[in-house]
Amino acid sequence: MTGTVLTNTVMILGMAAVTVFVKAALFVLGDRVVFPPLLKQALGFVPVTVLTAIIVPMILSPNGEGLELTWRNPQLVGALAAVLACVATGKQLLTIAVALGVFFAWQLGVLA
Amino acid sequence: MTRRSSFAAGARDTLPMVIGAAPFGVIFGTLVAAGPLAAWQGQLMSLSVFAGSSQFIALGLVAGHAGLAVIWLTTLIVNLRHALYAATLLPHVAHLPARWRWTLGFFLTDETFAVMAGYYARHPRAPLGHWYFLGSCLSMYANWQFWTLVGLLFGAAFPQLQSLGLDFAMVATFIAIVVPQLASLPNFAAAAAAGAVAYLGQDVPYKLGLMAAVVAGVAVGMALQRWRSGGLEAGRREEEAA
Repeated sequence: MTGTVLTNTVMILGMAAVTVFVKAALFVLGDRVVFPPLLKQALGFVPVTVLTAIIVPMILSPNGEGLELTWRNPQLVGALAAVLACVATGKQLLTIAVALGVFFAWQLGVLA
Repeated sequence: MTRRSSFAAGARDTLPMVIGAAPFGVIFGTLVAAGPLAAWQGQLMSLSVFAGSSQFIALGLVAGHAGLAVIWLTTLIVNLRHALYAATLLPHVAHLPARWRWTLGFFLTDETFAVMAGYYARHPRAPLGHWYFLGSCLSMYANWQFWTLVGLLFGAAFPQLQSLGLDFAMVATFIAIVVPQLASLPNFAAAAAAGAVAYLGQDVPYKLGLMAAVVAGVAVGMALQRWRSGGLEAGRREEEAA
């Protein structure tokens, strides 16, 4: 192994160690971690906030070049279809199917 | 529900995420093949780190000759959100044997967190939930390894992969998980605040815009919840007085 190869391998294994620590530490501590009630209440909001925070930029500026609030944005049209399907039916799989159908139809049919 | 059917259900419910992650696996493999790392090191990174965003960022840092400490610290910050996921899911795994908790922790990703948040919202006390969890984890893991390898070997053959928009499968699934939870006003306001801050902070490096969005959303949600429960208590006191 040359020096750079070795350094890069150490780099990768170090990244793995850091990541495993961040992901698994709380799970491994298990019952020894006791969250105060206020923190428990806060954690209850994590799923809706983080999932929304991940997708909103993907929907509103899919190309990372500013706001695309237009009918020519298939991510936006597909996302609106998903919200409507979910509110109307409450069925998860159907929502995903409708959203993907609208998204690809829009991309390949309407905009092509 | 058996262990096997629970495992299979977890893998099945993760399928849209698997589709969404595939192009990123290929792109990662392609970037490794074009950069200073050896091909086997790219696969080693997917096998051992298993956290997409930090893997992409590390490639950029290696190309820019960043030092080890910078790369490790960046990895820590970019992956910090997983600690939040672990904290949220902890009540559902704390009772499991240690080998299970190590395993599920190692395999935790954004996608599996989303699937598990939806699952535990529907089944708060599922005795075989950890098999479902494992099914979700392993389907994401096998998928990431496979598409990394495809990218390493044949990446140059897929130049326009990102423009296909396969990552929309992840958006669709997240919507299907989040929307049913928005019926309560605090949740709705929390999501709206988080979405707004995430949009405004999308160019902030190291995923810190995402962390800020979560903090803002949680703060708004809690403030509303306290305000409402305060209102209820006041109402109860009035009733008692009458």
